Amino acid sequence: MSQRSFEGSGLRIYAILYLLFLYAPIALLPVFAFNSGTIIAFPLQGFTTDWFAQMSTNSTLRRALGNSLTIAVSASILATCLGIFAARATTRFEFPFKGGIMGLIMVPMVLPEIIVAMSLLVVLLGAGLQLSILTVIAGHTLICMPYAIAILSTAFSSLDKSLEEAAYDLGETRWGAFRLVTLPLVMPGIISSLLISFTISLDEFIIAFFLAGNEPTLPTYIFSQLRFPKQIPMIMALGTVLVVLSIVLLAIGEYFRRRGIARISGKDSGGFQ
Amino acid sequence: MSDDHRPMIECQAVQKYYGDYHALRGIDLAIREGEFFSLLGPSGCGKTTLLRTIAGFEGISSGAVLIDGKHMEDVPANKRPTNMVFQSYAIFPHLTVAQNVAFGLRRDPRGKAEKTALVEDVLKMVGLSGYGGRAAHELSGGQRQRVALARALILKPKVLLLDEPLSALDRKMREQMQVELIKLQRQIGITFVLVTHDQEEALVMSDRIAVMFEGEIAQLDGPEALYARPANRRVADFIGVMNFLPARILAETDEGARVEVAGLGEVELPRAQISRANPEDEGVMVGFRPETMTLMGPGQIHYQTRETGATIDEVVYYGDMTYYDLRLDGSARLDGRPRTVRISMRNVFGRDVQDVGTRTQLAWSPGSLVLFR
Ligand SMILES: Nc1ncnc2c1ncn2[C@@H]1O[C@H](COP(=O)(O)OP(=O)(O)O)[C@@H](O)[C@H]1O
Ligand SMILES: [Mg+2]
Repeated sequence: MSQRSFEGSGLRIYAILYLLFLYAPIALLPVFAFNSGTIIAFPLQGFTTDWFAQMSTNSTLRRALGNSLTIAVSASILATCLGIFAARATTRFEFPFKGGIMGLIMVPMVLPEIIVAMSLLVVLLGAGLQLSILTVIAGHTLICMPYAIAILSTAFSSLDKSLEEAAYDLGETRWGAFRLVTLPLVMPGIISSLLISFTISLDEFIIAFFLAGNEPTLPTYIFSQLRFPKQIPMIMALGTVLVVLSIVLLAIGEYFRRRGIARISGKDSGGFQ
Repeated sequence: MSDDHRPMIECQAVQKYYGDYHALRGIDLAIREGEFFSLLGPSGCGKTTLLRTIAGFEGISSGAVLIDGKHMEDVPANKRPTNMVFQSYAIFPHLTVAQNVAFGLRRDPRGKAEKTALVEDVLKMVGLSGYGGRAAHELSGGQRQRVALARALILKPKVLLLDEPLSALDRKMREQMQVELIKLQRQIGITFVLVTHDQEEALVMSDRIAVMFEGEIAQLDGPEALYARPANRRVADFIGVMNFLPARILAETDEGARVEVAGLGEVELPRAQISRANPEDEGVMVGFRPETMTLMGPGQIHYQTRETGATIDEVVYYGDMTYYDLRLDGSARLDGRPRTVRISMRNVFGRDVQDVGTRTQLAWSPGSLVLFR
């Protein structure tokens, strides 16, 4: 589309307002995180890193961070491992009701999370299970799976089916063929799936809120602190850290996803290496 | 290749179903030790399926596959004495050329130095000396194919299976690789089974060829027999160009038949020149190849025994060859429809290309005719 079609149409203004609305609040996070005033308002008072220091000494926050990391790491590994099985099955084999089964696995992507969280809560309580970070891990694995499968299916389907057969033909076992040929070639997809699942789990609120019992996670901790105006500058600092972390992780994930596609499709990937 | 060679591969009444689809319909086949064997047929006729059942990638629905006298029913692909060159070459993109070639040696107890030397030997054999350190994506199509060959041959299989290995190459490269493959096969002496849909490639390379249609073998013969004496019209149509003229059998004995051919008149054909036609055929036909007849012109001499009047309908000039479409006098005699036949003449010094519309004589011999009935 040429730039001219925007001019005078108001669409350009709309686009600018849209982007402002999307990113200005995020841009304000670091601004207030380094502001020495306790009230979140202009004019700014002065520069400080106190809020970051306060953050690092807060024991509940440290506990929430520990929980969140445990949950995110476990859920991303679980979702990615299960995703590898599903992605390989759907790209390699034909089986009855394949479309239906894959559809059901992908549904949590579009299902309202509140419904997932509520029904999980009912089932877990009904089964007499204790709410803990384990239950959150289960819930997060469930919602990360569709993303993991979507990424891994791309990685698997762009792989020539005869590569694994060739390894098998050359005397390897089925597992050897998978480990020596398929796994290294889909590794960029696996890394990308791990990172994206990690990011999804780290900032997930509803399931964590419903299923964590008394354990805090970062999002539920942040929500609970918003009631105390005194804490808000520290939450701004925490938010800043999370934004930076998310951007870095997503960028790394995307880098590996693209590199995987370039490598498998035989295009020159020399620029990356 | 003599008949007393024992079979390296035997297929006995091999049937293969994909669900309801009947992909192989009773394949009986004996491939001799050390021969260059081709499976030739149009796309979708089941060549790859047959090759993959020999390799062990596909199970069979019934029948038996034997390699070197042993039943292969319970032998998986990674334990069979066969190796495969895949249509896509399947070069491992994350490994170097040398690592690709050495892949099959992972379970080999020999020392590292010995393996490295072996890899270099095999690379040399396929003309890739010094390429060991290259990455897979740095190779051209022809080089990838050589890597695939080296990778399979380093394991010294009893049978090398090749699935359309030349189809991805351009014409020049393909012709060069055909010659190299033949030389390589003679040099190492193992059995090659080649799948191809290119009849010329099969004729050039093979000791024997099995022509397949719809999951069945239509004819199994050496290239010359296949070309000169196709078993039925379908094989004749698939391999090279063949002209067909309607015919009528006047008399038939154990020795042969006396036949009236539209445009050629009466001929005696011995049994060797009589083929069984497909059941769905529209009637008795006589076929001949374009190069077996001679178009007469000023000063043209020939060793043929018969002559027939004809008119030139079309001239197609190819540089080294000229194709003439001829309307034969009296070709409408049997069914009322005039026929044209295609004759090819090599362009040699002193023989001018003739013009469309010229009245001419066609010289031929009954020995080049095949009766399909
Ligand atoms: N895995 C499969 N599942 C179902 N049908 C198949 C499968 N593989 C091949 N076919 C069918 O079997 C027929 C023969 O295939 P193939 O052996 O690949 O033919 P060719 O190599 O002669 O072109 C084709 O019609 C193809 O569609
Ligand atoms: Mg094929």
